[in-house]
Amino acid sequence: MKRNGIGALSSRVARAACVLALLLPVLAFASDRVPKPVIDIDKPGKCVEDTATMRREHPDLLRHQRDLTMHEGVRTRKYSLKQCVACHASTRTGSVLGEKGFCQSCHTYASVSIDCFRCHSSRPKPSSGAKP
Amino acid sequence: MSADRNEGFSRRGFLAISAATLGGVMLAPGIRLIEIARARAPDQPVSGKVRWGLLIDTNKCAPGCDDCVKACATENGLKDTGHPRTDAQWIRKVELKDMRTGRNNSVPVMCQHCEHPPCVDVCPTGASFKRADGIVLVDRHICIGCRYCIMACPYKARTIVFENITDQNPDVPRGSGCAESCTLCVHRVDRDQQPACVEACTRAGHNAMIFGDLNDPHSEIAQRVAKYASTQIRADLKLNPGVRYQGL
Repeated sequence: MKRNGIGALSSRVARAACVLALLLPVLAFASDRVPKPVIDIDKPGKCVEDTATMRREHPDLLRHQRDLTMHEGVRTRKYSLKQCVACHASTRTGSVLGEKGFCQSCHTYASVSIDCFRCHSSRPKPSSGAKP
Repeated sequence: MSADRNEGFSRRGFLAISAATLGGVMLAPGIRLIEIARARAPDQPVSGKVRWGLLIDTNKCAPGCDDCVKACATENGLKDTGHPRTDAQWIRKVELKDMRTGRNNSVPVMCQHCEHPPCVDVCPTGASFKRADGIVLVDRHICIGCRYCIMACPYKARTIVFENITDQNPDVPRGSGCAESCTLCVHRVDRDQQPACVEACTRAGHNAMIFGDLNDPHSEIAQRVAKYASTQIRADLKLNPGVRYQGL
């Protein structure tokens, strides 16, 4: 059966509308209408775990490692806060804090306070021998 | 039951023997594949077989010398905040004088790293704790700054940080509102180095301080303690400090 011209046109318009509706949230996110954190990432690429895991689980990984280090003297570098700082400190400011700093930019955006750096140094050890 | 125990025992014995054999493989004279008495790897937890201790020879400790105090401050980032009464103090020099003989004694006093630390007994949160190898520490993540430990310590070794701190040594996190004391430079000990005070004392040629494992009969400190008379401060409290003094 052959469709008439008007029917074909209307179905095409409807399909386009559907696609546009589906794309809308994506387009909105891609545009500048939703503010996102501006992060200085000097070393893009893989962290000690993949990005999704690190985003979700970095507090748990750090907390687990912190207890091991503090109480049992385990000083592996993989999940140590010191190693985070050594890798992620901005080459511009030398720190993970600051407006675009690796830690602070996201934490400010998500409105989650970071207490780590009230005691821990936010800067890597100058000319450290990369020892944990 | 007894068979199980025997089996467990023999297996342990076998492991010990094989470890000793493996460790003792000589590649060349003086060079071993694995040192027998090598310190633990970074992923190994501390062991209760080790008991870190300090031996301070007061005959070699000159009155007025504060090399150890300075080295401690540099290593651990203890800065002068302009309030000397409340500034953190991990080691202090105590000058003693015997009024009858006129003999002067100058003694560095720091956390004595007791076997039965009163600071740990009184801590309400479990922040003050003794590591398996005998080092007494404060877990700042848990410390609420109540200062019970400061009151309980008979050596006045603990202080509390009153002011916000910036630019810490990445190895030595410190912040306001927590109790703290000498950590025996645990971050250095964990990587096979001596505490900063001992290193400074040795570097300056005083050789008044020795650091080592009291449980290892081959260590210099254990041999010195076995050979010469040494005392613990307030030994009457029976806390068995890991810091001992010669010539007091």
